[in-house]
Amino acid sequence: MSWETVIGLEVHAQLSTSTKLFSSASTKFGSEPNTQVDLVDLGLPGVLPVVNKDAFKKAITFGLAINADINQESTFDRKNYFYPDLPKGYQITQMTQPIVEGGSIEINVDGNIKTINITRAHLEEDAGKSIHDAYPDKSVIDLNRAGTPLLEIVSEPEISSAKEAVSYMKALHQLVTFLDVCDGDMSQGSLRCDANVSIRKVGDSELGTRTEIKNINSFKFIEKAINFEIKRQIKVLENGDKVIQETRLYDSLKDETRPMRSKEFANDYRYFPDPDLLPVIISDDEMDEIKDSFPELPNEKSKRYISELKIDENEAQIVSSSRELSIFFELAVDSESDPKLAANLLVGEIGSLLNKDNIKINESNLSSDNFNTLLKRISDGTISKKIAKTVLADIWDSGKDADEIIKNQGLVQIQDESIIQDVAQKILEANPDQVAAFKGGKDKLFGFFVGQVMKETQGKANPKSVNDILKKLLS
Amino acid sequence: MSIKYKTLSELKELLEKKDISSFELVEETFKNISSSKTNSFITLNEEVALTKAKEFDQGECEGDLAGLPIAQKDLFCTKNLRTTCGSRILENFIPPYNATVVENLSKAGSICVGKTNMDEFAMGSSNETSYFGAVKNPWDLERVPGGSSGGSAAAVAEGLVCAATGTDTGGSIRQPAALCGITGIKPTYGRASRWGMIAFASSLDQAGAFARNAEDCALLLNHICSHDEKDSTSLSNDKENYLENINNDLKGKKIGIVKEFDISNLSKEVQDSFEQSKKIFESLGANFVEVSMPNIKLSVPTYYVVAPAECSSNLSRFDGVKYGYRAENVNDLEDLYIKSRSEGFGDEVKRRILIGTYVLSAGFYDAYYKKAQQSRRMIKNDFVKAFSEVDVIMSPSSPSSAFKIGSKTEDPIEMYLEDLFTISSNLAGVPAMSIPHGFSKNLPIGLQLIGNYLEESEILNFAHQYQKNTDWHIRNPDFGDNS
Repeated sequence: MSWETVIGLEVHAQLSTSTKLFSSASTKFGSEPNTQVDLVDLGLPGVLPVVNKDAFKKAITFGLAINADINQESTFDRKNYFYPDLPKGYQITQMTQPIVEGGSIEINVDGNIKTINITRAHLEEDAGKSIHDAYPDKSVIDLNRAGTPLLEIVSEPEISSAKEAVSYMKALHQLVTFLDVCDGDMSQGSLRCDANVSIRKVGDSELGTRTEIKNINSFKFIEKAINFEIKRQIKVLENGDKVIQETRLYDSLKDETRPMRSKEFANDYRYFPDPDLLPVIISDDEMDEIKDSFPELPNEKSKRYISELKIDENEAQIVSSSRELSIFFELAVDSESDPKLAANLLVGEIGSLLNKDNIKINESNLSSDNFNTLLKRISDGTISKKIAKTVLADIWDSGKDADEIIKNQGLVQIQDESIIQDVAQKILEANPDQVAAFKGGKDKLFGFFVGQVMKETQGKANPKSVNDILKKLLS
Repeated sequence: MSIKYKTLSELKELLEKKDISSFELVEETFKNISSSKTNSFITLNEEVALTKAKEFDQGECEGDLAGLPIAQKDLFCTKNLRTTCGSRILENFIPPYNATVVENLSKAGSICVGKTNMDEFAMGSSNETSYFGAVKNPWDLERVPGGSSGGSAAAVAEGLVCAATGTDTGGSIRQPAALCGITGIKPTYGRASRWGMIAFASSLDQAGAFARNAEDCALLLNHICSHDEKDSTSLSNDKENYLENINNDLKGKKIGIVKEFDISNLSKEVQDSFEQSKKIFESLGANFVEVSMPNIKLSVPTYYVVAPAECSSNLSRFDGVKYGYRAENVNDLEDLYIKSRSEGFGDEVKRRILIGTYVLSAGFYDAYYKKAQQSRRMIKNDFVKAFSEVDVIMSPSSPSSAFKIGSKTEDPIEMYLEDLFTISSNLAGVPAMSIPHGFSKNLPIGLQLIGNYLEESEILNFAHQYQKNTDWHIRNPDFGDNS
């Protein structure tokens, strides 16, 4: 029997606002436990929430990017449940009138473009963290994360495989980072998802019973968790059993999903409008302001790189695919540095260094200023592209200024043709057999002579001069 | 010199003339409190209050209320001073911050002498639900002072303090003011900040004041009311001087009598006082108009859906995890929740949490909470319509005078009907106050004046003019024969 999979994702994106959704405490990650909490985050008696408009700006920016409807009047509701890391005993969320409704995201699966529709994206506050393994006999709570603004992005159940789910997550990741609404750091939980997975017989119109896999926080785990769950459900159904609607957790160590204890989710959340908060109204002026500061998205960037900067299509796409890389590129390129050369190095040499170290460009020792200097030195002939790679390797390790490296290591390109002529002469004299062979028609040996001259000059000879001089001497 | 029963304005004058020092005033206050039998205070602030009084006497503090001792309802968070909300669950809770109302009154120079007793989490109309014991009515120690702000009302009525704060969710200022024979006002919802007020029902809770007369209430409101960025429901209107219009003429003003408020089955004294008060206002030039508010009969049932719903959520934070009472010898997390809350909350609070949880639960929300929201809008519309015809609305503050302690505790519905006349103004959010206007069997009864949105000045004007022509407000429990 053949089965088809139906997946809907609920993605939680932590918004990169400097303060929390309803308090003025900082949202910075990694501080000492319970140092980023104020009276509101603690849920002390008598405290009241005040909306952070910046979170709304970011949510609206996201909504505009996916062509969604923006509810200029949206409301907050309370979702009531008891948990130690939920200080008020309820989470403030947007149940009835979310800020963003509708819209869609395009995903690319093996070259095929598919559109995934978005149901809604709403604002809510994150909970704190319960830590169960820090002390042998007690659980402790860190409320630093409590109140951090989240945008919960809910997709329609239109995703049909684990692979598509990963593509969808990657597309979302690219979008939210480009829009600067979320830092996209999945390992820190800035972007995480719950996957609703069900299967049905091919051709069935009704959906099968779904399970929800909670809190998956890497692309790899999304694929693995969903694939495990699909296989598990097929097995259940083929054994003649029924899939139970439940919440499951993915255990990456065992590579399996397993049900959460029923107590942890068997809640009647008793949603009702939060009486502490009035409806949030976004004025037309505020909307215009958000539209005016809307960032350029990867597709537009790529097109602009190709048309204005004459960059190869492939390189343009790679450079524009990540926010960090495109910002770096745009900062490094100016009237004296060659954008084509910049893109070429970023995709080639620098790309491999980034892959090797598994870091982002902004985490490397190479600053956009320093890269700009390096590009200028290539353009003005101070160093060759080959030497540039040596300089780059040095910067990568030391972070030193490009000019300083060129000067200290004597890497300035040899422009003096008489010096190059002397070296070339010597090389030809030392290799009479090869000269004879070349003259006898073995054209390929020209490269050998160039290589020898470059080797002798430690790569510093101007390659164009070397070519010209060798051609003249060998003619 | 006895300071008992002196008004805020009188004491202010004595201080200004240096006829008495703030230190003497505060010292005397604590002496009076210690000999009081009304149980109106939960926590005293003696050391700090005396220090502040000395500072005032040395000229180190200024303000409209400088050097004057007042009491705070134990629902307002006071920095470094225990705030219990009348509950075991907060028996040892010391807030790290001040409520905005507390901060405002402190900035005006007033001195907080202590925290007054109240129904647990402001849920009650008799002050009998307090974990710290019932408050007794100074007019008759066997009777209740009303609630939930019973401690504040009793303290002012007994002359322990000249002024106290209160909060009013369904009548918690006006009903005890009436039962204790003093003046109490609840401003428009959103006029006073709720920051630092321990929430009972957020959409209804409003801070206000008790004093011996309307003029003092106006002076207090000048400081209690403020726009506060920390409270999203705080109104942004400019600050008003509530004393400004207090002496306006009432000639030609229209007073609405609500057709649907049937007072014919109330006691003769309540009815007689009401008729007498109408005559006084008539003599001051005001006219009476009957207004129909057909939905006002929905007030009590509407309130007992909305208020418990909000309270069930607001009180979720008291879970024994972060602060407050935590049960011992628990097996697991759920056990911790169940035992801490079962042992920490009293019966009335539990009753309302259960009602609230029920009306919000899946499958019942539409039938209860949503319906209640609809009827609340209808009640609001009734007020809007009524105030297009009249300047103020007048009614009794409560159906009867103070009842015996214990006489209604077994019948919650009977108790809930205590707030029959007061609840609708909370649902609508309009300002309202109670002033003493007679006695029933030697016990004070109150007259309620309800104003249009933001028209606190109007009802204060009516109340002040009434008090200039009557003496009910200057009577006190030591008066002897009060009839």
